[in-house]
Amino acid sequence: MIGRSATRRSARSAWVPWAYLAPALVLYGAFLLFPLVRAAQFSLFEWDGLGASTFVGLDNYVEILFDERLREAFWHALVLVFFYAVLPLVIGLLLANLLTRAQVRGLGFFRSVIFLPQVIAMVVVAVTWRQIYAPDGPLNGFLRMIGLGALARPWLGDYTFTLPAVGLIGTWVCTGLVTVLLMAGMSRVPRELYEAARLDGSGPVREFFAITLPMVRGEITVALTLTIVAALKTFDLVYVTTSGGPGTSTTVPSYEIYRRAFELGEVGVATAVGVVLTLIVFAINGVVNMIGDRK
Amino acid sequence: MKVSPIERGANYVVLVAFALIVLGPIAVIVSLAFGPQSASAAREGGLFHPENFPEAWEIGRFGQYMLTSVVVAVIVVVVSVLASILAGYALGTMRFRGATLMFYVFLLGIMVPTEAFIVPLYFDLRVAGLTNTVWGVAAPQIAMSIAFGTYWMRTYFRTSSRALIDAARLDGAGSMRILWQVLVPIGRPAILTLVLLTFMWTWNEFLIPLVMSPNGSVRTAPLGLAFFQGQYTQGTALLAAGAVMVALPIVVLYIFLQRHFIKGMIEGAVRE
Repeated sequence: MIGRSATRRSARSAWVPWAYLAPALVLYGAFLLFPLVRAAQFSLFEWDGLGASTFVGLDNYVEILFDERLREAFWHALVLVFFYAVLPLVIGLLLANLLTRAQVRGLGFFRSVIFLPQVIAMVVVAVTWRQIYAPDGPLNGFLRMIGLGALARPWLGDYTFTLPAVGLIGTWVCTGLVTVLLMAGMSRVPRELYEAARLDGSGPVREFFAITLPMVRGEITVALTLTIVAALKTFDLVYVTTSGGPGTSTTVPSYEIYRRAFELGEVGVATAVGVVLTLIVFAINGVVNMIGDRK
Repeated sequence: MKVSPIERGANYVVLVAFALIVLGPIAVIVSLAFGPQSASAAREGGLFHPENFPEAWEIGRFGQYMLTSVVVAVIVVVVSVLASILAGYALGTMRFRGATLMFYVFLLGIMVPTEAFIVPLYFDLRVAGLTNTVWGVAAPQIAMSIAFGTYWMRTYFRTSSRALIDAARLDGAGSMRILWQVLVPIGRPAILTLVLLTFMWTWNEFLIPLVMSPNGSVRTAPLGLAFFQGQYTQGTALLAAGAVMVALPIVVLYIFLQRHFIKGMIEGAVRE
């Protein structure tokens, strides 16, 4: 990939690549890397955002373990992982497999349509679904129309159903991305593999598990990484639809970070949650990729 | 692959069903946006109300918010794409000590959650007097976009023709000239994709403008919409009209340049 001439040249002017890197490195360093280091530092202090700060060591991290609201927030994030990552993966695998097997017309158009939720601002998505879930909204209207009026409820004001209701919005957003990713992977599987399997007499289910699934392992890894991280970072959706309520039933780590740092003046705890969230994101990235790479 | 007509028919049913599930909510918000503002208005004035849009634009101050969004997005796109081209060029075509480490340093920035660094950054920028300014809202987004952009441009430069670079060098072109007169012109599709993705992410961003402008003086369109939802509670027509207006610029771009969006988000996600 790197030619010999480049090697010779760079020996003479070692500063050239750094000159090209400088603008990016300065901006990225100043507004992302440095604040990240500051976050680790802030997390060791108790500070209300205005007055003097007190060094408290790891107390803020201990609080994450014992503060029920924070523990709940992390648990909710895990529930959202199911709706953002697991459910779209299952639907995406079925859908992509179905569509790759049969040459149906209009596949390009379909791809564009199911990908659409990815480009719409999350705030718009949230405002939209708030209307759909409203007590007199279209969802309850539909349920009453088909005679299931008993199921109608204020979807975003119910202690049991609000978190799944918010999660399903995530499913709606993520499924298209996952499906399109998997379709790209499945279209690269050589047709001969399937024909050989057919000659051996295997049916569609065996074909799926023996050929398709192993061949799209890389795409599954990517899809899971993207959607799990998206679930853990959920903020806009919760902020706009429920503000963490009713009660604490839909609060998530990102929302707690915002609330504690800017509304309650608990900057130390907020940054500690941020550090923990970052470590979790990195760990998940690592684990998912490790499993994905293992052949 | 041959499949039976029954299976093919079933596939069309599934296809249409999923398309409807995606389009249904969008149809709901669009029809609310054109709908009557109240039950009494519905009795008097029919069912089609395009005047909701200028009214929402006025009451919700979307003109002002969209202008802010455009200013922030242009700053973020121009600065981050330029910096990314330069950095990606260095990481993609030059061999030097620390190149691999630098690559991982930028890769880290793609994964870091915004909420991890935004809190200390807010307090540091407050001391510097940059909160409640366009620059305070743009700076963290520039940094995040550079992380992705450098990664994206590096991938492009690595696959760009080695022979072309060597030929230009034999003609006596310096590294700057090779970049701007050879690689950038033929890399226009990759750069356009990066511009579109950066523009979309900046336009849609919520947390950063929320945190960086607590007094609301630099309010971008999505923030304006969330604020409008909290303030304006009479009826849903104007809120829906506002939501449609906030989403529209990106959706229009997507309709015309969808290949770039899909390719960018799919390939940009595949790390090595």
